[in-house]
Amino acid sequence: MKRFEPYVFLREFATRWDVLAFVVVIGLIVFLGESSRGLLAPLSQLSSTPLSLDPARLPQYAARTTFRMLAGLVLSLIFTLTYATWAAKSERAGKLLVPILDILQSVPILGFISITVVFFLSLAPGRVLGAEFASIFAIFTSQAWNMAFSFYQSLRTIPTELTEAAESFRLSPWMRFWQLEVPFGMPALIWNMMMSMSGGWFFVVASESITVGQTSVALPGVGSYIALAIAQKNLTAIGWAIFTMLIVILLYDQLLFRPLVAWVDRFRVEQEPGVRVPDSWALDMMRRSRLIQAATLAFHAAVLRTSRAVKRRNAATPVAETRPKRSLDLFWVSLMIAVVVLALWHIVAVLIANTSLREALQVSGLAFLTMLRVFLLIALASLIWVPIGVWVGMRPRAAQIVQPAAQFMAAFPANLLFPIAVFGIVRWRLDPDIYLSPLMILGTQWYILFNVIAGASAIPAEMRYVAANFQVAGWLWWRKVALPAVLPFYVTGAITASGGSWNAAIVAELASWGDTQVRARGLGAYIAEATTAGDFHRIVLGIGTMSLFVVVINRLFWRPLYYYAERKYRLT
Amino acid sequence: MNESPLLQCSDVRKAFPKPDGSELLVLEGMNLDLREGQIVGLLGRSGSGKSTLLRLIAGLAEPSAGKVSYLGHPISGPAPGIAMVFQSFALFPWLTVFENVALGLEAQRMPRPEIRKRSLAAIDLIGLDGFESAYPRELSGGMRQRVGFARALVVHPNILLMDEPFSALDVLTAETLRTDFLDLWSEGRMPIKGVILVTHNIEEAVLMCDRILVFGSNPGRILSEIKVSLPQPRNRLDPSFRELVERIYVEMTARPQGSAGGGRHERFPGLGIGSVLPKVSTNLLAGLMEAVAAPPFNGTADLPKIASDLQMEIDELFPVAETLQMLRFAEVEGGDIKLAEDGLAFAHAAVDERKRIFMRHLVTYVPLVAHVRRVLDERASHSARKSRFIDELEDFMSEEAAEQTLRAVIRWARYAEVFAYDDENAMFSLENPT
Repeated sequence: MKRFEPYVFLREFATRWDVLAFVVVIGLIVFLGESSRGLLAPLSQLSSTPLSLDPARLPQYAARTTFRMLAGLVLSLIFTLTYATWAAKSERAGKLLVPILDILQSVPILGFISITVVFFLSLAPGRVLGAEFASIFAIFTSQAWNMAFSFYQSLRTIPTELTEAAESFRLSPWMRFWQLEVPFGMPALIWNMMMSMSGGWFFVVASESITVGQTSVALPGVGSYIALAIAQKNLTAIGWAIFTMLIVILLYDQLLFRPLVAWVDRFRVEQEPGVRVPDSWALDMMRRSRLIQAATLAFHAAVLRTSRAVKRRNAATPVAETRPKRSLDLFWVSLMIAVVVLALWHIVAVLIANTSLREALQVSGLAFLTMLRVFLLIALASLIWVPIGVWVGMRPRAAQIVQPAAQFMAAFPANLLFPIAVFGIVRWRLDPDIYLSPLMILGTQWYILFNVIAGASAIPAEMRYVAANFQVAGWLWWRKVALPAVLPFYVTGAITASGGSWNAAIVAELASWGDTQVRARGLGAYIAEATTAGDFHRIVLGIGTMSLFVVVINRLFWRPLYYYAERKYRLT
Repeated sequence: MNESPLLQCSDVRKAFPKPDGSELLVLEGMNLDLREGQIVGLLGRSGSGKSTLLRLIAGLAEPSAGKVSYLGHPISGPAPGIAMVFQSFALFPWLTVFENVALGLEAQRMPRPEIRKRSLAAIDLIGLDGFESAYPRELSGGMRQRVGFARALVVHPNILLMDEPFSALDVLTAETLRTDFLDLWSEGRMPIKGVILVTHNIEEAVLMCDRILVFGSNPGRILSEIKVSLPQPRNRLDPSFRELVERIYVEMTARPQGSAGGGRHERFPGLGIGSVLPKVSTNLLAGLMEAVAAPPFNGTADLPKIASDLQMEIDELFPVAETLQMLRFAEVEGGDIKLAEDGLAFAHAAVDERKRIFMRHLVTYVPLVAHVRRVLDERASHSARKSRFIDELEDFMSEEAAEQTLRAVIRWARYAEVFAYDDENAMFSLENPT
């Protein structure tokens, strides 16, 4: 039994950690109140109090932006815990839910905004809340899918003996969910939350200043601030925005993710040897502050109490092999096929009625251009970052510095830097077809770097000694030792980078500086233009094509490559 | 024996449906009863269905036919009076020792003070005092399994099910834990009335059980029941203990009934292309032949003796011995292994000669090897896809068994240089790639 008694407060009035915790908690409350103010204000207020480029307003804007991120994250978490659980528990539902998730993952995120913004504005007519909904939903779509996937996968891979133990001690389904399934999925989920967050930052900037046809909304936030700065060609303001974002991401990292990662360490079933337990001052603070201890104990008790309150299923039936009836299966499958055929027919009908075949062909051509860009850029980034990553990964001290930096860079919304690049392109009249391209990979190349670093540091010391012992050096060393060893890691990184670059294309292929627009030929620019014009059918055509390309490339290229690398080169 | 049994299995049968609609039979004709004060051992090799039976009793699976009843009532789902200890401990890594132990009581919605009292008592009993707030990862394997025991005992079960609880531990730790458990059991300090222990360790079964049910494989069934009436604590070196161990070895290597004097074929009924072959490396085969050929055995070895000499469990030793028998390098019967002429020759030969002997036996006695070789010889390209043979094998066995069988053949054939295999392209060929 725990030797400490949590409720003895008075022995000592407060520890240092209590004071620290108190300040942080109050700060959070003030922040929440501050940033949720104005949610119910009428939409017209947005135009009556226009955004200002005064840097003094930035903390407030940053708070609003952060709040949206947090709301999106909470929504994604709720979605994950329900959708993924449903998909994993019901074999029949899973057959439909998992592929849907897979497709949703490859739909470009900005696509969701352009299609749903009108709907959300209509939810709370004339109020800021509606626009906030649209923005938060966009963030949600950038975070939810991979989180749900990771949780689904965790649910499917719980060790049999753990489920059997839960079963044989007759945990109720509710208790089993909170005591076994959620904790088991937690480490992967937290990791995916971090990845999601990076994606979210990218799109929070794009989702605050929404223009779809006639509808144009600029919510107060860092994203809108940037948009305004671009319109007014104010480079200093952009500098301020970048600085603010750096601080916000740093705070998120220190106050949310580092503590989470350190905390979640205890949920790992298997502890790989040599993995250093991450530390976090914020987690130390929480653990050492008795205020927060009492709060977590209360939460724990609540979980147990709800477990007691929720009724246990009456007849304990073994879940292991309740097989659904074949006829029902058949019915389910035919129902699904019917729905798919109907939807397909509908989409095709709408597209045929409103777009020409020539346009469809043209869009495919543009998609090929974008694809070419993505592949070339991935290749280029690989040429640069793989050798650097291997070099760094082999040197633990360098890795300790570079690894977090690379992760930080991946989290930083690269589109904040776009204006600077566009400024240069306009200034020196560079070819946008070439010079806009690197922007697509600006934010995603870091995935390649930090995965390769992770791979290189995982090369067993003995393998390196063998190479040294037989004097394997130079190109031979790269070919036979380093590259094969990091390949599985590299592929993981490249897949993430490729997906991210497709998404970024929409933002990167069409950029503006003041009144000047620079445009690269590609599918991203096509979608961006259709969005600005509010041309619904072209948006659907563009987004559909992009999703199709991403899915097909994943299936035909990345996935086989991934399995090949895992099978042949994974060091176990 | 006048009281009614705690637990009774009658004519239990368990089969799993296969994708092609047929079924895979794992257990058949299981009859078992557990009475108060008994430890019953289920002894057999992996794949004999003993763990499956334990899961049926635990209510984690349902029998396809027959009945499992606890205190006279049929079991449907996990019963409150039956608790289980798992091979891999199955502790929740995110809960402390105390929380792990308390979990079963939480599930029963017992009042908190009662939970605390009983959990602490169980922790105390099993010797985990002072570890209450530790997380499983901070504990050694032995301590973790103690938590497993405490967690099972805290719910005050009538029956304790143990699924190879000591097999994931090192020899010394396992012995300590067994002794501690037996002490508590014979002093009557545990709330349990009967125990079922699954094991593949013959000595462990003789050491702990009052009755041992010896399981046979394909499908799992009870070969024989052995009563152990030695008084506790038992001594491994006691002649009557050794005698029992020897007897069980004989049981487990006995030929199926009706094959008296019938030669070796009956050991492998219908040994055609369709028999499942075990995963045994040529190093193990050679090693066992060498060990049996060398003094003090000089060609004939007592299995328990050589098992303890080589520090092998029956699960490891039996497949090797049986493979030697299948290849006609040795004869296994009555708890002994006796090398045949070629077995002795192999043991004394040098590398190239060994390969020649091995190749001869492989082609003659393993029809699948002969078959693959013939196909390769007949084809102009002298090569064939792996899937071709897998498809053929799957007419006889599960997908998994087909893969394992083909892997075994590849392994042996590579050693004997009967044919080559390229894993990258999943191709068989006659020549080794350059």
